[in-house]
Amino acid sequence: MPEQPPYQPEGAMAGTGMGGTMDLAASEATTLEKTPGGPEGTGPEGKPRSLWSDAWHDLRRNPVFIASGLVILFLVTIAIRPSLIAPGNPLTCDLSKALDGSQSGHPFGYDGQGCDVYTRTVHGARASVTVGVCATLGVALLGSVLGGLAGFFGRGWDAILSRATDIFFAIPVLLGGLVLLSVVTSTTVWPVVGFMVLLGWPQISRIARGSVITAKQNDYVLAARALGASNSRILLRHIAPNAVAPVIVVATIALGTYIALEATLSYLGVGLKPPSVSWGIDISAASPYIRNAPHALLWPSGALAITVLAFIMLGDAVRDALDPKLR
Amino acid sequence: MGRYVIRRLLQMIPVFFGATLLIFLMVHVMGDPVAGLCGERRCDPATAAQLRREFGLDKPVWHQYLAYMGNVFTGDFGTAFNGQRVTELMATAFPVTIRLTVVAVVFEIAIGIALGVITGMRRGRPVDSSVLLLTLVVISVPTFVTGLLLQLLLGVQWGWMRPSVSPDAALGELIVPGLVLASVSLAYVTRLTRTSIAENKRADYVRTAIAKGLPRRRVITRHLLRNSLIPVITFIGTDIGALMGGAIVTERIFNIHGVGYQLYQGILRQNIQTVVGFVTVLVLVFLIANLLVDLLYAVLDPRIRYA
Repeated sequence: MPEQPPYQPEGAMAGTGMGGTMDLAASEATTLEKTPGGPEGTGPEGKPRSLWSDAWHDLRRNPVFIASGLVILFLVTIAIRPSLIAPGNPLTCDLSKALDGSQSGHPFGYDGQGCDVYTRTVHGARASVTVGVCATLGVALLGSVLGGLAGFFGRGWDAILSRATDIFFAIPVLLGGLVLLSVVTSTTVWPVVGFMVLLGWPQISRIARGSVITAKQNDYVLAARALGASNSRILLRHIAPNAVAPVIVVATIALGTYIALEATLSYLGVGLKPPSVSWGIDISAASPYIRNAPHALLWPSGALAITVLAFIMLGDAVRDALDPKLR
Repeated sequence: MGRYVIRRLLQMIPVFFGATLLIFLMVHVMGDPVAGLCGERRCDPATAAQLRREFGLDKPVWHQYLAYMGNVFTGDFGTAFNGQRVTELMATAFPVTIRLTVVAVVFEIAIGIALGVITGMRRGRPVDSSVLLLTLVVISVPTFVTGLLLQLLLGVQWGWMRPSVSPDAALGELIVPGLVLASVSLAYVTRLTRTSIAENKRADYVRTAIAKGLPRRRVITRHLLRNSLIPVITFIGTDIGALMGGAIVTERIFNIHGVGYQLYQGILRQNIQTVVGFVTVLVLVFLIANLLVDLLYAVLDPRIRYA
């Protein structure tokens, strides 16, 4: 058939998990062109606003962004200094109080080991936030470097990377986690973070590759090349700033899912290991007592759900702000 | 079309071997499989050496991999260390997980697409906003929390169902576990359908269909839905593999003896043959589902031509 197909089935597969791909270079062009009249559409110097200040302008007025931002701010604060609101030690437990309900000074009651559920829930934020932030940074860095290089240089690099991402996508994440992490005895968060980076990078690299390919076809890249700019300068000064937005959006949403994944792995017994305090461990430990002491299960579950929800809503708000096509 | 199918099949080959090799290597990082065979005690060196020889573990990893793959293609997935054939384990485990996955996919299609159409047609109305918020909540709450909560409410507090599933896992018992397994994907299907319907609602062919006097129902089902479902089908297709792999959590909560249960046991007992065999089949399922989705594209969207 001579006609070019309007859809490429293989290409259409990318990004389905995150609800659609983005064409940022194109949407940025529309942002710059639209410049509606009045003070709303122009910056202080009367110039059209950039994509970033436009997005920031939108985000400041978005109640979803403000609410989720406040929740995340609170979470990060208690992750850094849990003693601010929970002065107790999460590892000090009194078996004689096991599964007791709420009492004065211990509003969430006690778990199966007689530990204070309130203290453990507050202290559990640290593990979740650390894993989420570190895994996201690692995945975003590795994925955008690999994907960006493949998109920019094309050919052999690209073919190898595309096949590699296909291979990693074919492995179910939870199974990979069970197999790889079941041997780990370390009680730190690093094995879990390392595993997430190892299996998570293809998601970002696909998006980074696509967005670099779109960005490199722009005239300003051609102009820079005509002026004799080196590859590294073109990549870092011209392409990267224009291709990074989709990566940021997907990474923000992924942060929430990594926190959920950490809890799931800890629930299955291969994530963080007991002396660490984590919501997943507490939920797993509380599930046998679900009949007579559901409070030990509900508080950490609620904390986990609110945390993941906050990060996913933040990612949603950032996507709406950065992709004007969705309005 | 024929050439396209062949090209896609050829593309599957390196991915299949790459993924299985990766799993093979991961399992070998898992540690010494023979150590798990002698119970709590340390193995007698002579016995260990003999066991290694018996299972071919004394050869280099690549040799083991090739030998294993050779056997797989003749339908031999090896023997678990307790003497049970892995294919026997599969024969008992896969039907259960397939039933569970089917229930989950039916939920995704029935509820997800229906909600997506309703919200997509009423974008910005209260129905739309509340369903959208609900999907966000469902996506945010990890599956194991949803599962435990439903088990607590339906199974323990209200007594509507038994908290755990019996070994033969009849279809009726799998409804709640299937809903739990489907929950996150269900929310994604709703959101995808909604976006897609809202985009296509203003398309020319919809206006034409309305203009020529077709009833609203027919416009939605035959014109709008058929075109809007293309991304949704892709998602559901790729999700089948993920559902079967993700069933490990659901199966653990409701004590279902399916693929996830066997895999979990295999990993706990360091039973290489079981783990590699099951994961190999899961990878195959994922690849075949993806292939079928790509082919379905042509049926759903006549604009697509495969050169």
